[in-house]
Amino acid sequence: MTRILIPTPLRPFTDKLDAVEMDGANIGELLANLTTKYAGLKQHLYAADGRLRSFVNIYVNDDDIRYLQKEQTPLKAGDTVSIIPSVAGGAPAQAEVLPELSGDEIKRYSRHLIMPEVGVEGQRRLKAAKVLCIGAGGLGSPAAMYLAAAGVGTIGIVDFDVVDFSNLQRQIIHGTPDVGRAKLASAKDRLGALNPNVHIETYEEALSSENALRLFAPYDVILDGTDNFPTRYLVNDACVLTGKPNAYGSIFRFEGQASLFATKEGPCYRCLYPEPPPPGLVPSCAEGGVFGVLPGIIGVIQATETIKLVLGAGEPLIGRFLIYDALRMRFRELKLRKDADCPVCGTHPTVTTLIDYEQFCGVAPHQIAAAAPPVTTADALTSRELKAELDRGEPVVIVDVREPQEYQINRLPGSMLIPLGDLPTRYVELDPNANLVMQCKSGMRSAKAQDFLRSKGFTRVRNLTGGVLGWIDQVDPTQPKY
Amino acid sequence: MGVTLTATVDAAVRAHGREAFPHECCGAMLGKDGVVEEAFRLPNTTEEGPRRRFLVRPDDYRTTEQRAREAGLDLLGFYHSHPDHPARPSQYDLDHAWPSLSYVIVSVMAGEDTLLTSWRLKADRSAFDEEDVHVTRSPDHEITK
Repeated sequence: MTRILIPTPLRPFTDKLDAVEMDGANIGELLANLTTKYAGLKQHLYAADGRLRSFVNIYVNDDDIRYLQKEQTPLKAGDTVSIIPSVAGGAPAQAEVLPELSGDEIKRYSRHLIMPEVGVEGQRRLKAAKVLCIGAGGLGSPAAMYLAAAGVGTIGIVDFDVVDFSNLQRQIIHGTPDVGRAKLASAKDRLGALNPNVHIETYEEALSSENALRLFAPYDVILDGTDNFPTRYLVNDACVLTGKPNAYGSIFRFEGQASLFATKEGPCYRCLYPEPPPPGLVPSCAEGGVFGVLPGIIGVIQATETIKLVLGAGEPLIGRFLIYDALRMRFRELKLRKDADCPVCGTHPTVTTLIDYEQFCGVAPHQIAAAAPPVTTADALTSRELKAELDRGEPVVIVDVREPQEYQINRLPGSMLIPLGDLPTRYVELDPNANLVMQCKSGMRSAKAQDFLRSKGFTRVRNLTGGVLGWIDQVDPTQPKY
Repeated sequence: MGVTLTATVDAAVRAHGREAFPHECCGAMLGKDGVVEEAFRLPNTTEEGPRRRFLVRPDDYRTTEQRAREAGLDLLGFYHSHPDHPARPSQYDLDHAWPSLSYVIVSVMAGEDTLLTSWRLKADRSAFDEEDVHVTRSPDHEITK
């Protein structure tokens, strides 16, 4: 026997009892027995199609069966089942009238329409929905394409970048002929071709604390496809402040993450990471690389959660942090809780307006300038100057501090390869009196290598400004760039 | 059939509606024998936009029942406001209504409370019946039925 707690409005149907005992191996059986004995309950618990009404919540002890096995949730001795109303209502409004589907749309979405979880009503909800994609890059590409294909009525995209050859390995919304075009123009063309019923709004600006609240206001869900910490914190905080769910995703090398943040009851990104990592600790995809198909998986998970949220279908990725490892082909899931002390979504928030996120993440431009070693002419040289020295036969040792796979793509003639990470153990291979030139892709890592060698007593160390890219521009245009 | 509000409860519901404007407010009505003695404010947690929707979450419902039990009162119903809309239940109200409760609606036009009505779900869920609302004169304890 299982004890069932009856809420006040239903007690007139259970002979005024506030608790009754029933048999049942699972919730479905238990409720069937309950509504057989107390027939007056049935129409209030079940809709005409035989499904539990959306505002009827069934709890086993303290857990909502939506997050267990729904009506299949098994019952064991000692369980207490509670029927708990959600009370809802509201003024009639023009906005609740969902748009009708045209004949063409009914054909296009027929595979959706025949599933009860979507149906005509769900498809009309999708048509009414407005989703804002932050970025038309690796994550934004597949996400926006599937949102458009699924019939999300309005898709906004914020981006200010131009399509580059190095984007095409993963940013599938753009094609080879689009290289050099604005990403927004390219994305709009592609989405329009995919589904002309979808309205595309484009915002050619960098998301900032000044424009975020204005840009988010007309949208229902924000899809975060950003690739850096300042914008990620900005998107999260703006979502919390405007009450918009944040379909979050991020990628690095072979690993991706996804979750649904900033819903009313769920945690936000800051509940998980209150503070950003120190600048430079986590490399960007431009530095560390990214597996091209990875954003396909993660971006489509973000689109999936967005569509489910609009439909109100299934179990949302709220309070769950999904980690995907493409090399091992494994998904892991961490449980997340809303943090009552969270600085932005907690009970006493300290962040109540948008702040300076560049500064918050320690990457303000003035700080970069202060952190970088001052470069004087004696410390650095250009590729043209280096070429002239080599032509004169001067004994210069060029040390390439990139990774081996980068070295395979292009290199300076006669350079030796010591990746930056190996330098602390391999610097002993270098002659302290040699005339050294440190070189990487564009000059950042080699500046760090130069600092390191100086700290070890090397005196004749110069940095090649512009790196191998500068060499290709100024000296050897036959080599490929990456 | 009807519901009685004390003058304090009537004033509290109307004040809540004005404060929440342009958003909807909602709360529970606790009392005995058809007389509402306490208007218990609840957070409006809807994700569809509080201007035209309200939602009382299961946890808040539990708190409400507990509050009633502790005060020796019964849950008699819920109130909510219709900002810039008449005090008549919408189809949405009907679809989400629970039986045997009073649903009080206060219309708040341009920030000022106007008409306050109360409704009960018909036994077959097909519609609401409007019920009479009595407001007792203060002091609260001199209740005339």
